[in-house]
Amino acid sequence: MTDPAPPPAIALSRVSKTFGGVRALDDVAFEVRQGEVHCLAGENGCGKSTLIKIITGVYTPEPGAEIRYFGERMEAVTPEAARRAGIAVIWQDLALFPEMSVAENIAFETLLGPRPRLVRHARLRSVAEAALAELGVRLDLDARLRTLPIAERQIVAIARALTHEARVLFMDEPTSSLTQAETDRLLAIVRRLASRGVAVVFVSHRLAEGLDVAERVTVLRDGRLVGVHPTAGMTQSRLTELMTGKTFDAAVTARDLPGAPVVLEVRGLTRPGEFEDVSLTVRAGEVVGLTGLIGAGRTELCHALFGMTRPAAGSIRLLGREVRFRSNRDAVAAGIAYVPEDRLSLGLIQPQSIADNTVITVLPRISGPSGLISPALKDRLVAHWIAELAIKIGTPADAVSTLSGGNQQRVVLAKWLATEPKLLILDSPTVGVDVGARAGIFRIVRGLADRGLAILMVSDEVPEVYFNADRVLHMAGGRIVREYDPRAIALPVLEEAVYG
Amino acid sequence: MIARIARALGPEVPALLGFLALVIAVFGLVSPRFLTAGNFASIAFQLPELGLLTLAMMIPIVSGGLNLAIIYTANMAGLTLAWVLQAHGGPEAPAWAFALGTMAALAVGAAAGGLSGAVIAFTGAHPILVTLAMMIFLRGLGEYLTRGGDISGFPPFLAAIGHGTAFGLPVPLLIFGLAAFAWHLMLGRMRHGFSVYMIGSNPAAARYSGLNVRRTLVLLYTLSGLMCAIAGILMLTRFNSVRVGHGEALLLVTVLACFLGGVDPFGGFGRVLPVVIALFILQALSSGLNLLGANQHLATAVWGLFLIGVMVLRHLFGRWPFRRRKGN
Repeated sequence: MTDPAPPPAIALSRVSKTFGGVRALDDVAFEVRQGEVHCLAGENGCGKSTLIKIITGVYTPEPGAEIRYFGERMEAVTPEAARRAGIAVIWQDLALFPEMSVAENIAFETLLGPRPRLVRHARLRSVAEAALAELGVRLDLDARLRTLPIAERQIVAIARALTHEARVLFMDEPTSSLTQAETDRLLAIVRRLASRGVAVVFVSHRLAEGLDVAERVTVLRDGRLVGVHPTAGMTQSRLTELMTGKTFDAAVTARDLPGAPVVLEVRGLTRPGEFEDVSLTVRAGEVVGLTGLIGAGRTELCHALFGMTRPAAGSIRLLGREVRFRSNRDAVAAGIAYVPEDRLSLGLIQPQSIADNTVITVLPRISGPSGLISPALKDRLVAHWIAELAIKIGTPADAVSTLSGGNQQRVVLAKWLATEPKLLILDSPTVGVDVGARAGIFRIVRGLADRGLAILMVSDEVPEVYFNADRVLHMAGGRIVREYDPRAIALPVLEEAVYG
Repeated sequence: MIARIARALGPEVPALLGFLALVIAVFGLVSPRFLTAGNFASIAFQLPELGLLTLAMMIPIVSGGLNLAIIYTANMAGLTLAWVLQAHGGPEAPAWAFALGTMAALAVGAAAGGLSGAVIAFTGAHPILVTLAMMIFLRGLGEYLTRGGDISGFPPFLAAIGHGTAFGLPVPLLIFGLAAFAWHLMLGRMRHGFSVYMIGSNPAAARYSGLNVRRTLVLLYTLSGLMCAIAGILMLTRFNSVRVGHGEALLLVTVLACFLGGVDPFGGFGRVLPVVIALFILQALSSGLNLLGANQHLATAVWGLFLIGVMVLRHLFGRWPFRRRKGN
């Protein structure tokens, strides 16, 4: 390195923070160089968010911490000081105004001031235009934000950060709801920002992107610094080990099930605009993986199989009998269970209790002879499933929203397994679930298959279906384009075929 | 044991009982006539009217909606009963005419609620808009049919319901008690009540879980209308007359009684017992002010102030959780 090296954009040392007896951060150091892309990795609850909030002055660290912005020692960090130093955070929820236009969202801060005054639309537009130009992106400045896909809203959020001269940009889980193409576009923007001297800190669950785009990675675990590593030579599995402190042996688990009865047989299923001529079978005890990009029609197919939409053509046979569902209640009664992709708003009723969320699918079974719900039957059923799936809870009366992602997903599994289904459809079962907890979910899935349940598992993460399914179906443009045997193909080849 | 009772009562109940004791103590000290049998009897006769209407308002709120049509639904049901009685001799009408009229009144109430519920369930329109339209429709229809006037002149035996006592308790209070118990059972122990809570928190997730969201919505608004009809019949027997606009001022009081009783304004949570205690608090307040010589309008103003005070206290202490419902 040549001297004099520019001071790092952010340098922290000896940062600790305790919340009500819980040590959220313990003697952590963190450094971001100017113009660097840096990855901040760690499981949920490892202290990533707390660290960001200390850097941006939302939380005050315990005495003894040292915080420097661009070499300058900060005595007390306030949100205002962080902003002045050019530190901006794009949180996962983006914090945009859905009913306002793109230009207003990007440049609304030019309107702020101590006194009321008229909106200067021309200036608003020119500021917004300049910010988008810097990103090398063209968007309709007058479009309402809510009409934009998530990926473009994210670009708007980045452009807004640039309007107040951001020099360090934190991005919280930026790719979690993007397709591969959208992710690539975002990563290109990130590289472009870095080449212009803006440091970008990537906070992501999805390890591949972090390793792809960043120069260095800082790993936190349980509030402690595990280490800072260059990404060159780092592999996903090594990073997972660092984050969780455990080793995971990823091995193909596919098996043949020649004699097993066919549970689900779909022939020529079509719903115009969603999916075309889909045929597939799932046998008892088999895990069939369905992968493809977002927009391939995977979730739409799941909805039709679950009776929530009606196919225009084709047939669904369950255990040899043709079925036609008028609603998902018919599908549940026939023995189909569906774990939706969106656990937060569709999989569970977040404010309600763990117990109620568990029994919601089986109310007749917890009702006594009088037709009234029996608290004793309910408690017994809930206790059974909490023990069966090893769900970590306080009490069953707690709101399900108090649980971690992995434990929430177990509650979703519990409520559907309680219906004793013949076919379980899992739509992206590990979205928002920690790397460590994912392995637990897949162990449960494999255990269910071993007991004879037919499982259709949808995921846009190819490695998930590659390692956990017996067969992999590739869906694209509403059609199933090919079937793969994970034992006969290497993962990178499959990834190349799907992500293209 | 104490812990079990506390759990069964829920977190709001002790605080509300404390409030009730405070109101009784203050008025008992200020007015010598407050702590008398006569005053308690008057509370017991007045409370059921507001109480039944509050129960009618409560389930739509728990389901994440509102029923603005409750007052006119109650009065349309009362009018229905009145017309049946008039058609069979007015003051000389026999008991069977009352039974027939009651059936018709319940049917009208259920139909008004059911229609609102069906529109909400099948169009997805907001409950406030749908029930507002229903409210305007019923008011207009009632005023057209009665030309804005009263209908009165009913058989004397109706006084046994509106003003009578049974088992030593006022009949209206018994009716309210039965209705409240039915609601308690429905919300706490019946599948329908379970669905109402779940839909109140998240209708989409409830549908994905296999609940019949539409049927639940139609049924709960039908039950709300049915409860209005009971209130309307009771009002007829108490005042011996019916008018479309009777009790208009109570509409928003029922909403506030629900919130005072810890029903979550955003739906999904709320229990019957705390709401009943809240009703006693409001009625004791109004009756106490009445004894002190304040007029009815001032009493209404004090209700409003009291409820604002409760919201502020809730915020300040933050320990009076909305988000609880069942003891079990």
